[in-house]
This record gives sequence, C-alpha cells and structure tokens, in this order.
Amino acid sequence: MAVAERTFAAARGQAGSGRWARRLAVYAGYWVASALFAFPFVWALSGSLKTPYQVEEFPPRWIPDPVVWGNYAQIWQVVPLGRFLLNTVLISVLSLLGQVTTAAMVAYGFARFRFPGRDKLFLLVLSSLMLPMHVTLIPTFVMFYQVGWIDTFLPLIVPSYFGGGAFAIFLLRQFFRTLPLDLDEAAKIDGASYPRIFWSILLPLSKPGLLALAVLGFLADWEDFLRPLIYLQSKEKLTLSVGLRFLAAQAGVALPGEPTTHLLMAASVVATVPPILLYIFVQRQLVQGIALTGSKG
Amino acid sequence: MGSLAKNEARWGLLFIAPWIVGFLLFQLGPMIASFYFSLTEYNVLRPPEWIGLANYVRIVTADPKFWPSLGVTAYYVALSVPLTVGGALLCAILLNQKIKGRVVYRALFFTPSITPAVAAVLVWVWVLNPHYGVLNYLLSLAGIDGPSWLGDPRWAVPSLVMLRIWGAVGGTTAVIFLSALQDIPRHLYEAAEVDGATWWQLQQAITVPLLTPATFFALVMGIIGSFQTFTAAFVATQGGPAGATYFYVLHLYNAAFVSFEMGYSSALSWVLLVILLAFTWLQIKGSERWVHYGSG
Repeated sequence: MAVAERTFAAARGQAGSGRWARRLAVYAGYWVASALFAFPFVWALSGSLKTPYQVEEFPPRWIPDPVVWGNYAQIWQVVPLGRFLLNTVLISVLSLLGQVTTAAMVAYGFARFRFPGRDKLFLLVLSSLMLPMHVTLIPTFVMFYQVGWIDTFLPLIVPSYFGGGAFAIFLLRQFFRTLPLDLDEAAKIDGASYPRIFWSILLPLSKPGLLALAVLGFLADWEDFLRPLIYLQSKEKLTLSVGLRFLAAQAGVALPGEPTTHLLMAASVVATVPPILLYIFVQRQLVQGIALTGSKG
Repeated sequence: MGSLAKNEARWGLLFIAPWIVGFLLFQLGPMIASFYFSLTEYNVLRPPEWIGLANYVRIVTADPKFWPSLGVTAYYVALSVPLTVGGALLCAILLNQKIKGRVVYRALFFTPSITPAVAAVLVWVWVLNPHYGVLNYLLSLAGIDGPSWLGDPRWAVPSLVMLRIWGAVGGTTAVIFLSALQDIPRHLYEAAEVDGATWWQLQQAITVPLLTPATFFALVMGIIGSFQTFTAAFVATQGGPAGATYFYVLHLYNAAFVSFEMGYSSALSWVLLVILLAFTWLQIKGSERWVHYGSG
C-alpha cells in the first residue's frame, strides 16, 4: 500500500515537472514562431518609412529616423497605385459575386438532389481540383484573344460565373450537408418549390459558409498573379500584384540611379493591409470554412 | 423512375448547369484544344500547323532547358513539401495548446499566407540582400558569413523554399491539421493517460495515426501546388542565377508568352499533367500502407 502510494506520488511529481517543461516549450515555440512570422511585416513597415539611402545602410537601422511618411505619397506618383487598388477591388468583388452565387447553386444541386450520374459528376468536380491550370491556360488565352477580351477584366471575372471552381463547390456542398434535411422536407410538404427552398431556407442558414467562401475567394483574387499577368497589358488596367512587379521594374526607370526599396516596401504594405483587415474581421468564419474543406464526407 | 423522381432529377441538373457549362467551356474544351495544339506548331497569329509528335520529341531530346528545369523543380518540391507539411503540423500542434491570447497567435501564424505573394517576395528580396540585407546582418552577429542567397546558384532554391515556408506554414494546411486535431476524441487521450502513457507516446499512438488522412491530403496538394511554383521565381530571380531557379512553369510561360510557341508550350503542359497524375497515382497507391482512415 505504502509502496504503491509512493510510486503514485512520484509519478505525479514527474508528470508535474514534465508538464511544466512542456508548458515552457509551448511558450517558447509560440514566441519563436510568432517572431519569425511577424518579422517581415515589421521590417517592411520600417523600410517603408526610411529615406532611400537608409534602406541600404549596413548594419541596418531598426527604427527609421527621420520617419518619411512622404514615401507613401511618392509611390502614387511613380505608378497609378490608386488605379491598381481600384482595379483589384473591382475584379475581386465582381468575380466573387459570381463565384458565391453560382457555387451555391451547384453545391445545392449536388448536396440535395438525386439524379443519374451525380456521384460520378461530383468526382469530376473534385478531380479538377488537381488539374494544373497550365493545361487549359493556352487554349483559354487563345479563346479570350479571339473574342477580343485581352487587356480587359473579363477573362478574370466571367469564368467565376460558371460554378465558381471545384474548391468553392466542395466547400458549400460540405456546408449544406451539415444542415438538417428535415427543413427541406417540411418546406416541400408546405408546397415550397426547389428554388424557394434554396433561396429562403438554405441560403440564409448558410451565411457563415458563404462568408467564408467569399473571403477565401476575395483573398485568392487579390493575390492572383499569373492570370492578370497574361491578360492585362496597359498600365492603367493592372491589378496590385502585377502592378507591384511593374513598380519594381519601373521605379528604377523613374528614379534612375536611386535606391527604390523604400518605395517597394511602402507599396507592399499598401497591398497587404486590405487582406489583413479582412482577416481580422472574419477570422472565425474563415477558419471554420477552411476546416470544413479538410473534413471528409 | 417516377415522375416525382424525374422532377427532382431535372431540378438537380438545372442547379448544377452552370458548372456543366463551365466545365465544357473552361476545362474539357480547353484540355482537348491544348492536346490538339500540342501536336501542332502554333503562334496564335497563323492557324495551327499539324506536326504530329514533333513537339514531344523536341521536349525529350532537343530542348536544352527541359531536363534542367524539371530537375530544379523536383529539387524545390523535394525540399519544400516535407518542410511545409511538417511545419504546418507543428504550427497546428502549437495552436492546439491552451494558452492565453491564442486568437492573436493564430492571426500572426495565418497572416503570411494571405499576404500577396508579390509583396512578400519584394520584402524577402530586401531581407536576403547579400550586401545590406538584415538576415546576413543577424547571421554576422552570430559570427556567420551569410551567403548571397538569391544571388548564389547553390542557395537560390533553398532561399525560395524559405520564402515558401514562411508564406505557407501557418496557413490553410495548418488550419486543416488543427481541425483534425480537435476532432480527435478527448477520451482516447484520457484512457491512455490513465494507463500511464507519456506525452510522446500519446502523440505516437493516437495523434499521428489519426492525422494521416489530413497529412495525405496536404502532401498530395502540396506536391501538385509546388510543382507549379512560378510567382516567386518570376519576380525575384527570373529563373536565375545561372538557371538555378528556372522552374518548369517558368519554362512553359516563356515558351508561350515570350517566344509565342503555343503548340510547344501546350506539349510542355501535357508533360506536366502526366507527371502530376503519375505522382498523385503513386501517392494514392502508397497511401494504403500508411494512411489510417478511422471508422468515421
């Protein structure tokens, strides 16, 4: 008895110190990881407020002195940054509108209806997740070239209106499947049509899923690079991602012989603030939405 | 089929109609067209000219950049996928610990993944600058003479991998791992703890097997995604120095939009598709040995 008690106490003591060590490891892990993740942001912010020559100082200066807020004004003179912002917002919003509405329709079709070949078609949706975009890139480019859509926003918007992509359909189907079927059945008995069930019952209940999709879609459009690079040509039509690269090339031309890193940092900060703000506002729904796509079913 | 079932089927097809049209217009149609283009010489301005398998023969035998770009890409995939998937798992384990201010940490972990890639690349180019970059300064404090990073053929790919790890490790993969962790029933751990299992044993016996489906998903998508890596190299190095970061998709892009060899580039894209399909098939075959699908 006494022996047993002693070993138990010893085991508890061990577990106690183990737990303490683990706690320390967890905190250390958090701090190290957070510092690594946050550092480039802090550094970019610091760089965006330095004078041209301070960004090239070695050893580097941590806090800009003087603080040059004028850098943020100057980038708007080197490139039409406001235009880039506006274009990106316009493309992202118009494209995600189509993505959310049509993906919801398609997901409803896959989640709540029985029809021949449904599961095979859904498998096709899923397999297109793995299809590299490059296989369709050239014919799609040729198609848009032939209808005269090169250097317009249309190639970046219109395709979103056809189901919104495999990922969007999958996410919303997962979401619809979490909603009880009884609701549909009850409405059907009351004589509601399918569009009505979709519009007045499923959609209002799916707000978190729709919001998560809208945010993910917006973020993806916001940072899309290859497609705007191919489709947009004139300077005043560029999106932020492509415009940033344009600035990287252009700043040296506009200001020959001068360092331009401070301007690139300011523009990068401008491009990064909207996604981060969005994330802060819808963090919870976004995380739930992503988690949903990782669950099987 | 009864008329009620027929009615349901009709409505179902109507609801998925946008996807069907989109699939034909933007996926199946272009795929067929791209396969056809791959058998032709085509520069958009003149109609495609049939040349049979000549593009494929040229890829394998006469393209001095094909094999090197494939090798560089394979090196990048081999380096970045295990590190990002492993790192994402580590982040998820950290975020699953009960700690004050978890919301703030979660935001800090996640934000790199929503930073526009081009912005992130521009910042990293500065951080990694061999002359006045802050990383080499920090290394010099530790007495290490840092390399030229993106300017050094040996370090260029590892630099881009580093960038990738920063931008991906706390993002969606970590969130999927985290939700898989939170799905593990508490009572499994409690039962094992009563039996005297240590933390490490708990991870090995419960956490790791139950995370294998999420790991498998992350590996498959990670390999597919990183094989197509483009933006960072396009912005930071343009494939240099000395071709060290001349990735496969960079080659494909140049063939299509710099030399306007649409037929040849289409052939390159089909080779890419076959490689990715082969990898995915191998992984699915191999997964039977290690992926543990629970009763659910």
